[in-house]
Amino acid sequence: MSQASTEIVRISGHAGTVPGAGLNREYQVCKLVDTTTCIGCKACEVACLEWNGYTFSETTFDNTYQTMPETAWNYWNLIKFNEHERADGTMMLLMRKDQCMHCADPGCLAACPADAAIVQYANGIVDFQEEHCIGCGYCMTGCPFNIPKFDPPSRKVFKCTLCNDRVSVGLEPACIKACPTGCLHFGTKPEMKELAETRASHLRENSGFPDAGVYDPAGVGGTHVIYVLHDAKNPELYGGLPKDPRIPLSVRLWKGPLKWLGNLAMVGGIVGMALHYMRFGPKKEEPIPPNENSDERRV
Amino acid sequence: MTTDAVSRSSAANQNEETIVRYTFFERINHWLGAFSYIYLLITGLAFWSPYLYWLAAIVGGGPAARFWHPWFGLVFTASLFVTFVQWRGDMQITDADRAWGRAIPDYIKNEDDKLPPVGRFNFGQKLFFWGIFYGLILLLLSGVMLWYTETLPWSLRFVRYAAILIHASVALITIGLFLIHVYMSAFLEEGSFGSMILGRVTRAWAWTFHRTWYYQVIGRTQPSSSLPKR
Ligand code: HEM
Ligand code: SF4
Ligand code: SF4
Repeated sequence: MSQASTEIVRISGHAGTVPGAGLNREYQVCKLVDTTTCIGCKACEVACLEWNGYTFSETTFDNTYQTMPETAWNYWNLIKFNEHERADGTMMLLMRKDQCMHCADPGCLAACPADAAIVQYANGIVDFQEEHCIGCGYCMTGCPFNIPKFDPPSRKVFKCTLCNDRVSVGLEPACIKACPTGCLHFGTKPEMKELAETRASHLRENSGFPDAGVYDPAGVGGTHVIYVLHDAKNPELYGGLPKDPRIPLSVRLWKGPLKWLGNLAMVGGIVGMALHYMRFGPKKEEPIPPNENSDERRV
Repeated sequence: MTTDAVSRSSAANQNEETIVRYTFFERINHWLGAFSYIYLLITGLAFWSPYLYWLAAIVGGGPAARFWHPWFGLVFTASLFVTFVQWRGDMQITDADRAWGRAIPDYIKNEDDKLPPVGRFNFGQKLFFWGIFYGLILLLLSGVMLWYTETLPWSLRFVRYAAILIHASVALITIGLFLIHVYMSAFLEEGSFGSMILGRVTRAWAWTFHRTWYYQVIGRTQPSSSLPKR
């Protein structure tokens, strides 16, 4: 992965086209999380904190092995645990590494009003540029995965960067480096997709998981973090992974038809009023007729 | 208001005499509302479109605009509440208003002499007032949800989805009403704008545009000759 892979292809809240977009042909990067070989050791959680310079914050115990209920502004990588009872009565401990999915069609970016607070690089990474963030929280409304998190004191939103700073100098993300079982992989999107499909077919054919499959949801144009799941038909089991994530309808209506309707109405209204003034002119007061213009007739 | 409100001069022509239309407190409150609304408009439009994001720069940049927009929303709400207390009675819609509403093409064509006489506020002004009033209730409710959007749990995310659609749509409706209001009072109806600054209008102005109110103010019953010939 070269530095050129951080060429910007999309910019939030930006008037006009993206400067330099399409100059290069670049790798699309991808992180593969094989939930079937994750042991829930949380080495990736620690590596993420260490690399990104956050200290370990207080944990919230809720009778599972999970560190806290959901990711936080300073805790971008969280293993979600679920004790799942299968139809045959056997138990499975499902573990999924939750983080930003780096959607090809990112809802956070679509919703963001601030110029360049969110950018998408040609390599697929969706990155928040906190210096441009105005803290409106629209990205939290746009994201179908509950990822962007608000930090009240700084009034900024933070999330996983896919270690953009490491990737841009040819290193793999910190979490990948830390994983002891090899359940995390990093490479180009086609390579990771192929590896994931091979693993899923092994699970289907040899390991008794007929529903095993790859999670790369088409509703958001595919993602740059993909999962191998034992049960791809029920992704919700894995800490609430949405079955068919999409940019919320309300966000699409707001940024689509409503925008055009509103702009048309505002411009049309102003033009209409100008035309009215030119056609009919101002309303002027008229003198009171003499027979009414007298206080003497007051009753 | 009573006849005392009429400033009497010895001049023969009473057309130029002025009468009080808005009290000092009404005017102060109006401009508090107007300035807070304009702030909301500038900052709101900055978030609305990337092509208008520069509007945020003129009020101190994006983060400042985001910080202050909801607070100015509260100022505007307070101002509108005072307006409601002051004008609620004058803003009730009557049968006479509905008749005026049916004759609105004449009003648009500036043929005001064909219209039924109106009280302190005409039907259009009343619709504007109630549009802003009910619109603001929705803007306030949805605005508070957007203000503290990070405190909404993921399971209540539909509130975010509803709030953003409601807030943007209702803001657009109030912007439409606001534009018409500015056009009418600052451009179309001569004398209106000044009345909200100095509080007074000429008798002729009151007689022309708010005849029923005019006769109430000068304390005289309305002569039948002042009713439109239809
Ligand atoms: C009544 C209290 C109000 C509150 C608490 C409130 C709050 C908010 C909040 C929190 C946002 C989110 C975006 C941001 O601030 O960065 C917002 C956006 C917005 N507000 Fe308000 N607001 C209020 C009233 C109004 C009014 C009266 C208008 C009329 C012009 C308005 C117009 C807008 C617009 C146009 C947006 C942007 C919508 C978009 O991004 O598409 N707001 N408001
Ligand atoms: S809070 Fe999110 S949507 Fe708002 S400016 Fe920051 S990154 Fe963009
Ligand atoms: S998962 Fe959420 S925050 Fe990450 S790119 Fe997709 S929409 Fe944006």
